[in-house]
Amino acid sequence: MSNLFNIDIVNPEQSFLSKDNVFEVVIPAVEGEIGILKDHIPIISFLKPGIIRVFSESEEQSFYVEDGIVEFKDNTLSVLTSSIFDLKDTDKNFVSESISSAEAELSKDNIDDQKRFLLNHKVEVLKFISIN
Amino acid sequence: MPSLDDLRKRITSVKSTQKITKAMKMVAAAKLRKAQENAEKGRPYSEKMNNVILNLSKSITDKENAPKLLVGTGEEKVHLCIVLTADRGLCGGFNTNIIKKAKSYFEKIISENKTLKIITVGSKGYDQLKRQYKSYIVENISFKESKNINYFDADKVGKIIIEKFEKNEFDVCAIFYNKFKNVITQIPQEQQIVPLNENKDDKDDSGNDNDYEFEPDEDEILSNLLPKNISTQIFKAMLENSASEQGSRMTAMDNATRNAGELVDRLTIEYNRSRQAAITKELIEIISGAESL
Repeated sequence: MSNLFNIDIVNPEQSFLSKDNVFEVVIPAVEGEIGILKDHIPIISFLKPGIIRVFSESEEQSFYVEDGIVEFKDNTLSVLTSSIFDLKDTDKNFVSESISSAEAELSKDNIDDQKRFLLNHKVEVLKFISIN
Repeated sequence: MPSLDDLRKRITSVKSTQKITKAMKMVAAAKLRKAQENAEKGRPYSEKMNNVILNLSKSITDKENAPKLLVGTGEEKVHLCIVLTADRGLCGGFNTNIIKKAKSYFEKIISENKTLKIITVGSKGYDQLKRQYKSYIVENISFKESKNINYFDADKVGKIIIEKFEKNEFDVCAIFYNKFKNVITQIPQEQQIVPLNENKDDKDDSGNDNDYEFEPDEDEILSNLLPKNISTQIFKAMLENSASEQGSRMTAMDNATRNAGELVDRLTIEYNRSRQAAITKELIEIISGAESL
């Protein structure tokens, strides 16, 4: 028995990634990272800024996502996101821009706790990316 | 009877117009291919989004406390209409068709004594509506600067809608756009996005396979998802619209080119006839002059 399943990452413009030979995917869900293996029970959740790691037989890929929704059903993992990029071709300018805009947003005082948490988290992840 | 010179001038002017329309047709054809591709690429996203929402709303048992974006405010007094049109003209009936569809909807709202609010996206729609419905237009958005349709723009419109909804400025929201069927047919569409129209055709109601695990709970996911869905629907409408616009322009320009060709033919015949008439006249004059000698 193979332990492989499908993954589809789509953004509004196009289908970003589609593979049928992954055995594990780690997604940054709002309530903590989730590792998904084959025959996971159906789940719907949404993402916080973070890194999606896709492990397939031959390689390991990492993507930065800002937000999105994940659905796992019938051994297909669908990720819907509006902002995603491959960590391999990170655009340094874009990252530093995102950091500064998020920090500017943070310095406003009319944001609620949840948003503050997400922004803080975003800055953290982006800084991590820019260091590596 | 126009003089020979006049005819010659008209023929050249029609010919140069024909050149322009031909070029526009070619450009539209090239753009159409790209727009169509984009529309097709964008489809999986909105389909998946729809699926997820469908699954979610099925599992919501407590309809009373469901997010208002899904079930509505319980009233339908204030209607917000988003009219999506192109920024450019010369595309046949494209803009007019959307406006016509929207206008009949507006009339219905007004005759039912409900409040109407309009947001126009694209400058042509604003131009056509401002004469009659100026007082209803609350916002006029145009994305002339952005070359391609991107999600970012759609998101901007989506945010405006949500902001208005949260301020209780409307109860029902509908969008108007052209759905791309094929190059010659575009169907003006009216789609309600708030509250979300539940699909009555429950064709896949076979399974109780909706035992999803939700993390966090359904309500929270829904309230996060629904605003995104609005932007997605608008983005989808914008993609369909741009493909339709190019298709419509292509057919319109094709027709124009053909008409110009016909006109040139007709004018050429007329030109040749009157030239021949002039020659014949001259000949008759010479002959009758010679005869009288």
